[in-house]
Amino acid sequence: MKKMCVVLEDREVRDNPFTPEIFRIVRRYPLTNDVNFYQARPVDVEEALKFDYKPGQFIMMSLMGEGEAPFCLSSTPSRPGMVELCIRNVGTLTSSLHGIKENETVGIRGPYGNGFPIDKMLGKDILIVAGGLGAAPLRSLLLYVLDNRDQFGKLTYLHGARLPGEMLFREEFVQLKDREDLNCLLAVDKDDTGKWPYKVGVVTELFKDLGPVDGKNTFGIVCGPPAMYRFVMPHMVKLGIPKHQILMTLERRMKCGVGKCGHCAIEYLYTCIDGPVFSYWDVLHMKEIIGRGVSDKTVA
Amino acid sequence: MMILKMKKEDLSTFLDAVKEWGELWGPTKKDGKVSFSKVDSLSQMDLKATRTIIPPKKFLYPPRFTMFDFDENGYVERTGDVPKRILFGIHPCDIHGVVIMDKLFLETYNDPYYRERREKTLLLGHSCIPDDKCMCTATGTDFIAEGFDLFFTDLKMSYLVWVGSTKGHDLIRLKPELFSRALDKNDILNYTEYRKWKNTQYKTNLDFTGMPDIFELGYSSPVWDKLAEKCLSCGQCSMVCPTCNCYNVVDEVELGSIEGTRERFWDSCMFREYSLVAGGHNFRDKRADRLRLWYTHKLQAYIGEFGKPACVGCGRCVATCPVDINVVTVSQALKEQEVGK
Repeated sequence: MKKMCVVLEDREVRDNPFTPEIFRIVRRYPLTNDVNFYQARPVDVEEALKFDYKPGQFIMMSLMGEGEAPFCLSSTPSRPGMVELCIRNVGTLTSSLHGIKENETVGIRGPYGNGFPIDKMLGKDILIVAGGLGAAPLRSLLLYVLDNRDQFGKLTYLHGARLPGEMLFREEFVQLKDREDLNCLLAVDKDDTGKWPYKVGVVTELFKDLGPVDGKNTFGIVCGPPAMYRFVMPHMVKLGIPKHQILMTLERRMKCGVGKCGHCAIEYLYTCIDGPVFSYWDVLHMKEIIGRGVSDKTVA
Repeated sequence: MMILKMKKEDLSTFLDAVKEWGELWGPTKKDGKVSFSKVDSLSQMDLKATRTIIPPKKFLYPPRFTMFDFDENGYVERTGDVPKRILFGIHPCDIHGVVIMDKLFLETYNDPYYRERREKTLLLGHSCIPDDKCMCTATGTDFIAEGFDLFFTDLKMSYLVWVGSTKGHDLIRLKPELFSRALDKNDILNYTEYRKWKNTQYKTNLDFTGMPDIFELGYSSPVWDKLAEKCLSCGQCSMVCPTCNCYNVVDEVELGSIEGTRERFWDSCMFREYSLVAGGHNFRDKRADRLRLWYTHKLQAYIGEFGKPACVGCGRCVATCPVDINVVTVSQALKEQEVGK
């Protein structure tokens, strides 16, 4: 019998979600003694104009030979062409990133993650609570709301840092206090300078200065060190904000950013594609989100 | 689905013919251990063998490979160097494992490394003889309806051949004279007989019903700490599990050069560094937390999302774990709130 032809298709090599795009560092300066600020833009101008993201999303940043890690974006998509990042010198990759100079290049791919549910937040009051480096992702949302001010209700920004010298974007936030279309409250745990003109105390102290809050009509957004959630959550709940409107953005180890490598798994969710923004309700019914004990004690 | 019939003695001829498409790999036995090896003909394979040490995921997703070559000009993906392979003799549980991997690697963001290997690897399944460690009836993976290119069911005198893909059909068309569409009453009776016989072969009586609830109820159970006292965090369970997909990525550079490669290799959530982030915070510092993640993922989380466990019942964790922690002992410990010896 005649042998029939074989049609075993071979397709071409296609798009690779793991390929980093080359970005140039256009500005770099220290925000505190261990946190640097970076502005980066794609070397390819076409790419720079196309690069879009949502507040709360993150990118994977590579330094050749050093590896790759996830970083949140501190900039707002309402000011396009550039991304901004705050990077603390705490690990192998971040210490190498600290050595990088302006005009040098890095690899960036993304954006990834769900980001903040902006469509649901439109028209609502926004209460942002940032602790320490938690200001990095929340600045993206804050600037986005400021740039689209008429699309949202009342805007309140609470920010706590350990010391005045450790407050990220200190000058920027101090200037925001002059604006009348938001309530910006700043606090430091301790004032080692003797010159801090605002609140001295933990971030939850700022809740006393809030004034009336229309809880049902408010989205509360929290980001900070894991321990902070334990203290902030009861305040948010007491204000009457529904648990699904209390949001937080989480940090996890990640090697892919696209739901493949497994490291950021929390029960059946991946922080990289189902998060990094989760609601307080997620925290209550998924014990692993901010650690054992935390959710148990704050069940009420 | 198209089901064809082939004479038992024609298998050898058929496998010789399909080598035209790519390398032929099949289960071989050496020193009592079974693994997939590159073979020249059917005679080198052991089709009665049970599970291989490592599941066929290693062909679709190698233990270590290069993702990118990089230099000052940027990152260049390393693809195209994958040989075409035909894997013969894969059992239903392992094909179920591949189907789960497909969902993970090919949905949402499509992984080009997995996709290339998947496209260049044809899966030719073969019916199996369950042993005392098999538990695929509990996981619903004792038979398979998708994910393969061809599937051969051994009915003593003949094979029934399920054609699962166009590529599988292309292979049939290399030797169409060996296959017949004419199935008769006896074929149906023989197949029914085979299924009945297979069902009598299982020795492990396992029931995963209600596992998601039992995991939820047992989240803070001391059973986890007791299991953790035994666990060595060696990660072998992840290496041998057909549905463990976790990986790590590192850059490797030549000393004093900017040129290098980005390497991807298997990781395990049993390792301490798995959930460690920069600055030293470890989300799963305790071994009990890591152990719970592994089993929660297979027997609770995946069921919650896809309605069936991410365990395919292959029995490899049962055969491999040096301290007897596996899906059987863990689910029993949780149900009975007691850890066996």
